[in-house]
Amino acid sequence: MHEVDMTKALIQTLQDWWQAQPDMPEIRAVHLTIGQFTCVEPASLQFAFAAQTQDTELAGVALRIHETSLIAYCHSCQQEYRPAIGQQYACPTCHAPLDDIRSGRELKIDHIEYRQPASVARESSRPVSPS
Amino acid sequence: MHQTFSAALEMNLLHANQTGADHNRAHFDQWGITCLNIMSSPGAGKTVLLERTLTALQPELAIAVIEGDMTTELDAERLRRSGSPVLAINTGRACHLDAQMVAGSLHVLATQYQPQSFDLVLVENVGNLVCPAEFEVGEHAKVALLSLTEGEDKPLKYPIMFREADCVLLTKLDLAPHLDLDLNQVIANVRQVNAQATILPLSGKTGVGMDAWYDWVRSQVQANSAGASPCYSPHPKSLSQSGRGTSNSPSPGLGEGVGG
Repeated sequence: MHEVDMTKALIQTLQDWWQAQPDMPEIRAVHLTIGQFTCVEPASLQFAFAAQTQDTELAGVALRIHETSLIAYCHSCQQEYRPAIGQQYACPTCHAPLDDIRSGRELKIDHIEYRQPASVARESSRPVSPS
Repeated sequence: MHQTFSAALEMNLLHANQTGADHNRAHFDQWGITCLNIMSSPGAGKTVLLERTLTALQPELAIAVIEGDMTTELDAERLRRSGSPVLAINTGRACHLDAQMVAGSLHVLATQYQPQSFDLVLVENVGNLVCPAEFEVGEHAKVALLSLTEGEDKPLKYPIMFREADCVLLTKLDLAPHLDLDLNQVIANVRQVNAQATILPLSGKTGVGMDAWYDWVRSQVQANSAGASPCYSPHPKSLSQSGRGTSNSPSPGLGEGVGG
């Protein structure tokens, strides 16, 4: 289950970020983008994250996973298409092999949602909503 | 009053592994070594392929093997009979090698051997068609094996492995007459997900098709040693006999090496 290793890397990244913040804010949620055309199962990632953050300062942090579909681009036909994963990857029109992938290969940590007193908010931070 | 903020990271989930892989590749480049990451499902014939390859190419290339196996050293023992150094990594519960594990082997290579004397490192990954595809270890090229007994549909079911590969070996060709399988369909299925890969049907048992594989390995070593850095010998070391000159000079480029 490679999601365990990916989660370890994710936790390390979060801890590095957290420790680099002057006021060590409370992390509320982490937003990931996971492509459909990767070896990652979002449910396994959720499970591994919850298990590994238990009893740590990251316990209770929500993992919000945005999944992206596999979208390919055929250069011959100059158009995008959606391969049928597990069945058909070549262009449905001209049968050219799967070449450019426009979406679906993402394995990305997008952003972190965190809370801190408004008074210490830094200029680079973007308020999402007051609470 | 507390407010909720958002900090953009825009970072790859595998960032740490990628950094480690780039670091490993820099060492390989510095030492003038070409590294191939060899992946397949269990039982597709990786170890037989390596046994044959070591025997065939040892006269012209200095080869070391990094061997990943979940619990045993059985494969490593088999390969040690070839006389090449075999650095075993027991991955424990992990289903793939990652950059950090291979870094450990590079440390052994650097401290117990003369890394500059090698031309080629073959990494035998853990038998698995899923995870190893996402974890680079510092290789210059990826090789995926698909044994014909696994069936025609595997490239469609495990597309990422076959898409990432620079070379796809269709192994156990000697069994083809006994199988209800269309070799052209296997090739077409690999092609669906990978337009560029070199596809080579072969048999490690009979040796059919192996010469084309050896040629592909030679081409990788030559292209890599020619392209990595001007200070590198354009030929494999054991062929050139001229040593590496200033091979300790640091910081080779971190280029992508050669493709398929």
